[in-house]
Amino acid sequence: MFNPPVTDPDVSAVAVGYGKKHPFPAPVLKEVLLNGKGSAKETWHIELSLEGSGMGYEVGDALAVQPVNAPDVVESLLRAAGLGGSESVDVRNVGVKPLGEALREDFDITGLTRNVLGKLAAATGSEALSAMLADEAKESLKAYVDGRQIVDAVRDFAPDGLAADALAGLFRKLPPRLYSIASSPLAHPGEVHLTVGAVRYRSHGVERKGVCSTFLADQVGAGDRVPVFVQPNKNFRLPEDPSVPIILVGPGTGIAPFRAFIEHRVATGATGKSWLFFGDQHYLHDFLYQLEWQDHLKRGTLARLDVAFSRDQPEKLYVQHRMLEHARELHAWLEEGAHFYVCGDASRMAADVHDALVTILEQQGGMTRDAAEARLDEMKHAKRYQRDVY
Amino acid sequence: MSTEPKLSASEHIKSDSHYLRGTIAEGLLDLSTGSMSEQDQQLLKFHGTYQQDDRDLRAQRKQHKLEKAYSFMIRIRVPGGVATPAQWLEVDRMSADYANGTIKLTTRQAFQLHGVIKSNLKRTIREINRTAMDTIAACGDVNRNVMCNPNPFLSEVHAEVLQAAQAISDHLTPQTRAYHEIWLDGEKIESSEQEEEPVYGRTYLPRKFKITIAVPPSNDVDVFANCLSFIAIVEEGRLAGFNVAVGGGMGSSHNNEKTYPRLADVIGFCPADQAVEVAEKVVVLQRDFGDRTDRKHARFKYTVDDHGPDWILAKLNESLDRPLEPARPFVFESNGDRYGWVDDANGRSHFTLFVQGGRVLDTADHPLRSGLREIAKVHDGDFRLTPNQNLIIANVSPENRPRIEALLAEYGIRDSHQRSALRLNSLACVALPTCGLSLAEAERYLPDLLTELEEVIEENGLRHDAITIRMTGCPNGCARPYIAEIAFVGRAPGKYNVYLGGGFAGQRLSKLYRESVPSSQLKDLLAPVIAHYARERADGERFGDFCIRAGYVNETVQGRDFHLNLKEEAHAKR
Repeated sequence: MFNPPVTDPDVSAVAVGYGKKHPFPAPVLKEVLLNGKGSAKETWHIELSLEGSGMGYEVGDALAVQPVNAPDVVESLLRAAGLGGSESVDVRNVGVKPLGEALREDFDITGLTRNVLGKLAAATGSEALSAMLADEAKESLKAYVDGRQIVDAVRDFAPDGLAADALAGLFRKLPPRLYSIASSPLAHPGEVHLTVGAVRYRSHGVERKGVCSTFLADQVGAGDRVPVFVQPNKNFRLPEDPSVPIILVGPGTGIAPFRAFIEHRVATGATGKSWLFFGDQHYLHDFLYQLEWQDHLKRGTLARLDVAFSRDQPEKLYVQHRMLEHARELHAWLEEGAHFYVCGDASRMAADVHDALVTILEQQGGMTRDAAEARLDEMKHAKRYQRDVY
Repeated sequence: MSTEPKLSASEHIKSDSHYLRGTIAEGLLDLSTGSMSEQDQQLLKFHGTYQQDDRDLRAQRKQHKLEKAYSFMIRIRVPGGVATPAQWLEVDRMSADYANGTIKLTTRQAFQLHGVIKSNLKRTIREINRTAMDTIAACGDVNRNVMCNPNPFLSEVHAEVLQAAQAISDHLTPQTRAYHEIWLDGEKIESSEQEEEPVYGRTYLPRKFKITIAVPPSNDVDVFANCLSFIAIVEEGRLAGFNVAVGGGMGSSHNNEKTYPRLADVIGFCPADQAVEVAEKVVVLQRDFGDRTDRKHARFKYTVDDHGPDWILAKLNESLDRPLEPARPFVFESNGDRYGWVDDANGRSHFTLFVQGGRVLDTADHPLRSGLREIAKVHDGDFRLTPNQNLIIANVSPENRPRIEALLAEYGIRDSHQRSALRLNSLACVALPTCGLSLAEAERYLPDLLTELEEVIEENGLRHDAITIRMTGCPNGCARPYIAEIAFVGRAPGKYNVYLGGGFAGQRLSKLYRESVPSSQLKDLLAPVIAHYARERADGERFGDFCIRAGYVNETVQGRDFHLNLKEEAHAKR
């Protein structure tokens, strides 16, 4: 297990002031796998302690997590570059340290960009690479970058290896990753919870993994510390009026802030009703926080729950289909002044949900498409339609 | 004031259900849970589906913040076990689209799909009905799938017998509109005045009811283990009618000697055209005289036992247009299947294949499901599910036979029955992980145990000697264990009661030989008995008969005697 090199929180808390500049080394209290056996997904519920950090958060905020790279990823890069790892390198704002450590702690050693390839071309003098970076070769560059990581490029274009400084010079700083917070500070004082989908896939014949999600999944466990800071998100907030109804659309890990929302409304005694749309791949394995939702439904703290699992039947079924099935009622909630929230995948889901909203306004509200879009714009301005998509 | 004993809880559920509706339709819409309410779970059985959960996963689910892994078993009625290739293809498709990728052929000639989640339940049942099959009354306190000898090479007689099975099945199918309303989006009937159950009434039967039709000399349907059976009497090549047998049944409970398996009594004979009437009147007898206060005493076998078969016959004759005639002679030779190709007098061919545990699935070595799918695509006859969980590719035309043979070879099915006779005469119920009643493994474990026992069989030169061997995960007896020559009935995980002495043709109950034997000791327990049999059996003597003659167990004469006359060592501590 990895413990980041950080100063003792008890001594320095107040003096340093934890935050973006000085992430707080939050102890991991618990890691719970939310998918049942048989699932293709791996979603972790992670509870961290903020005791002594002096950091607070509001529901809707995100938590930034500063990961380190996985040892096997560092290893394969060193091998590709023909280096051992003990070579000294100078890391900006950090100082001189062994290359292996720098690769692990300081650099983004996976994200392949044009910029990285440019530096690699300069370091290697590879003609093939320079040709691909030419303006007229944009398409082949795009095709190359797709699904590949820096290690692939080093293998392909630096077959004779690289000097330690040249390798270190390729990288940008390892950035923190943001996760929507899944807990209410009122429900879990001194704690912050995350819902993290471990990213793992195979491309170009190699197993790949997401840096931060698998850092959390594989490299840390209960008792370890994770450097974090709070990233406020003023554009994702519960209605100020606790009696206003809310509609929450959060498939997959998009469920995270809505767990926080519902917990918060329970803790504050808010009277507004809540309607949650959730979806994932399989009902049996991927119904994230199912027991908690059942409990909220039983206690009346969640008014409605509609779910869509895409791979349980021959046709794909998503949250927007459930919205359309219940169009009349959803429209009635909007007419009552409900706030509408979407969290999760930005590439398709958010757009599909938006289209479903437009359709519902058209069909149930008798609007033209333009009028429906205009209504949604108004709702956005009035903070009645908020999105946290990534 | 009435001093009558209280009705069992299920009776109230039935009478309050508004002809089996309950709140099923509402429950299906609530997808926050994969489960249905307790009452609706009881009612769903009448609709042909059981709620189950994956018991392998129970321990971990809560840690994942998930409820139990609930799903549904759907039982598809196939009266007489006959399905068309089109129906086979649909069941195959649904097994992949909605179930766990397997088709279970049951011991009562039905299809079962396992692992259907709640959100797919309605559409699956709807699609089953679209294929001209149904699920109503596949389970529940009603008449279940009517079984019938599936061997078509008995030609005309078989067709007539199958027709009788279909007619009885149709006549005893519940009339409630609830099934159509809930699953097929049928029109709702507002007032309950408009419908009734002419045979069953508002509270249906006290317990499940099982009917079979046998064609001697095959007792493959196990007539003696069923509530009501018709035994075809063929005279001069024509179906003269049926002997009528009543009061058989398997289920019992551990540590409750008031429960016991019972053999049916043959009480008379009826002409073929009276079979439906006899079936109805026997069902009505059970409706009116069956015990509705104690579900462990509610099966028809107890009604028959409590009143006596003579009383049943007298009561039945009162209600029939014509009384039953005296039973006619018949002989059963076995209750197993004949494997491989058989040609009939009409020039059609039939291929019976061995399906281990009745489970049709693809494994790397045995792509059985794929093979049968390819066969169904070109097959010009039909499929017949046998009561021994096997399958007949039936009525193959001479022109088509080469194609079928080629596919059987291509998919490794041709030699499915090149196994020990012991294995070919084995039966296992589903048990773990889905069946909520099972106390121990059955379908998943029996193949391994058979492999162990085959060593003993080989050592003793018994490879081609048929011995019936059955395993169930609980004492309720879905694989009809108590009439097998060797039976294992689950007591607890990894522990089985061992029964010996059942009749090879299913005509005699067995007796407890040893209680609660760990699975690791089963082979050693049976090896000396099997060796002894190989050494000292008389010419043609069956294993079950030998076990009694050699004194391993005493003969069980009838159900009430099942728990009596045990050898001392039966309860030996292990």
